[in-house]
Amino acid sequence: MPEINNFTMNFGPQHPSAHGVLRLVLELDGEVIERADPHIGLLHRATEKLAEHKTYLQNLPYMDRLDYVSMMCNEHAYCRAVEKLLGVEIPIRAQYIRTMFDEITRILNHLLWLGAYALDVGAMSVFLYCFREREDLMDVYEAVSGARMHAAYYRPGGVYRDLPERMPQYEPSPYRDARRLAELNANRQGSVLDFIEDFTRRFPGYVDEYETLLTDNRIWKQRTVGIGVVSPERAIALGFTGPMLRASGVAWDLRRSEPYAAYADLDFDIPVGKEGDCYDRYLVRVAEMRQSNRIIAQCVDWLRRNPGPVIVDDYKIAPPPRETMKTSMEALIHHFKLFTEGMAVPPGEVYAAVEAPKGEFGIYMVSDGANKPYRMKIRAPGFPHLAAMDEMARGHMIADVVAILATMDIVFGEIDR
Amino acid sequence: MSVLWTLLGMILTIFLLLGIAGFLVFAERRVLALLQNRWGPNRLGPLGVGQALADALKLLTKADFLPSFADPWLYRLAPLLVAFSALAAFAVIPLSPDISWAGDWQIGLLFILALSSLHVYGVFLGGWASGNKFALYGAIRAVAQLVSYELPMGLSLLAIVLLSGSLSLGGMTSAQSLPYILLQPLGFLIFTIAGIAETERLPFDLPEAESELVAGYHTEYGGMPFGFFFLGEYVSLVLTAMLISLLYLGGWHGPWAPGWLWLLGKSALLIFCFFWLRATLPRPRYDQLLHLGWRWLLPLALVNLMGTALVAAGLRWGWL
Repeated sequence: MPEINNFTMNFGPQHPSAHGVLRLVLELDGEVIERADPHIGLLHRATEKLAEHKTYLQNLPYMDRLDYVSMMCNEHAYCRAVEKLLGVEIPIRAQYIRTMFDEITRILNHLLWLGAYALDVGAMSVFLYCFREREDLMDVYEAVSGARMHAAYYRPGGVYRDLPERMPQYEPSPYRDARRLAELNANRQGSVLDFIEDFTRRFPGYVDEYETLLTDNRIWKQRTVGIGVVSPERAIALGFTGPMLRASGVAWDLRRSEPYAAYADLDFDIPVGKEGDCYDRYLVRVAEMRQSNRIIAQCVDWLRRNPGPVIVDDYKIAPPPRETMKTSMEALIHHFKLFTEGMAVPPGEVYAAVEAPKGEFGIYMVSDGANKPYRMKIRAPGFPHLAAMDEMARGHMIADVVAILATMDIVFGEIDR
Repeated sequence: MSVLWTLLGMILTIFLLLGIAGFLVFAERRVLALLQNRWGPNRLGPLGVGQALADALKLLTKADFLPSFADPWLYRLAPLLVAFSALAAFAVIPLSPDISWAGDWQIGLLFILALSSLHVYGVFLGGWASGNKFALYGAIRAVAQLVSYELPMGLSLLAIVLLSGSLSLGGMTSAQSLPYILLQPLGFLIFTIAGIAETERLPFDLPEAESELVAGYHTEYGGMPFGFFFLGEYVSLVLTAMLISLLYLGGWHGPWAPGWLWLLGKSALLIFCFFWLRATLPRPRYDQLLHLGWRWLLPLALVNLMGTALVAAGLRWGWL
């Protein structure tokens, strides 16, 4: 009798649902997965090494490009690490702005995740509904930082500037008439805060729309319930964080267990799953979007009532205001020194982490007192998640691999770094 | 001379069908866009209709590509088989009692079932001859799916044969004083589900599930060979919609308007529903799909057939 070998299949790196550049070598027995072997490194850009040759400020935009779906959260972890080394307290208004944008980022990330997940399981419309809402939040990103994705808005010491008084509006174009233009600009008449507040009022209705299409859908449940189950013990042992861990029933969230920014003063819940399967991970993330919306609404309320500085008043760390540079020589010199030489950070080593949408995103940094980090290590949440691919996928079918991969919320920018 | 005219007419029919298929691709994109809150192709021509033409031109002008690892003969034959089986079936579809090629052919229904089996060969050979692992998986899925759904489809059709006493599509439609959907609601459901599965459309598009198998059995195809698979899919979509309207919705029966208009209207409505399904539903897993076919549709179709047979026999011999 001839020997029967398993069928080996290269799933990716060029595959519609490889979420970027994952190369997954699957050993198949029919449609059943015998072994799943993820190969990474195809998007390696040596961010950690590059950081050793750039000043602390120049490193910041690299953070956007790690997990390019949750940009500001990465910046937040980096800024917290630098601030810890510097030993500065940042203004409370900056803390609230950061909190608000962390949650906006969380919604952005979860929307993309939900859309991509639904698309991978075959429900194509959810993807486009999610992108409709993402568009609004991208506009908020653009309003405060000038960039839709790679914002570089958080800076060591605070945030780049205060929230604008005016929300940018759509301009007339040959493709839209006056009525359509007025419709588009209806909620953009006031400040950025007004626009965000309007969004927080609309958003729960949108989440209801996605849930109508998916949550009780029989096919959706068939495809997700009991798929890729991870027990709480295994989830901890595998180094899961974020929604992946919480869906397994472990209530661990850095926003609650080690509050940073303004989270200690805000009222929100940590959704926790029970079974640890794909369906629970879906439910946890959808519930998180609702909680993020609550947090944003509270931040908007606080920010309206409490004006103030948004970056520390130390010209060694943050640039002086533009007006003073026109009249004060000292301010001009500070500006020049800061943007050429950068800031000198006291020697020491530090680990700072934030609860990024995908899990614990941490920066471990060693400083030798120079204007560049001596060494920087990035703790990407997606890495341990992907490492569990084999354990989660074994015994399931090809279609389930796609579903499991999608619930991990993999972004290769952060895994390959 | 009449042979020439017939030939000319047949060629015209084929081109008409291909035109409809091309238009349907465009229509689907617009309908999906409508359901998904976006525009869809809207630049070329009024409402973007020119897009259908542009797509066809693009497919026609692409290089005819043959992968070095493919089986050249089968690779070329497969798309033709798929397109042929879908187009030939229209020979027995009557537009109205007087407009058809062979609508009254006594084995019309068998002809359609035979062609739908031929379709399986096209898909399987295409996937197998490509020499690609994804294509092979798509082909295996396609065979499993099409074979399992042909059974309930055939069984639900048998119930209609019992009711109408005819195997020709014309005869079956003429026999409907009452649309059969009222007499055969279960049969209608089974046939519709199986019909969608036979045309490999979402939620039953597993053989070409994009997120799992890239493009399934036609992964290696490009240009017009791919176009034939594509056209075949849309032509069989029209075929399924017309079959359902003919067999269950009364076909050309309807007041005020000419019969063919009724038939086309009913089919268009069904096609819209298929688009709608595609926009709404996720895709079941391979085993779940077969599970549905064998454990639900097949027994239900059998029960439906037995019930119909008992009632028909009862009526004939006066038990009821």
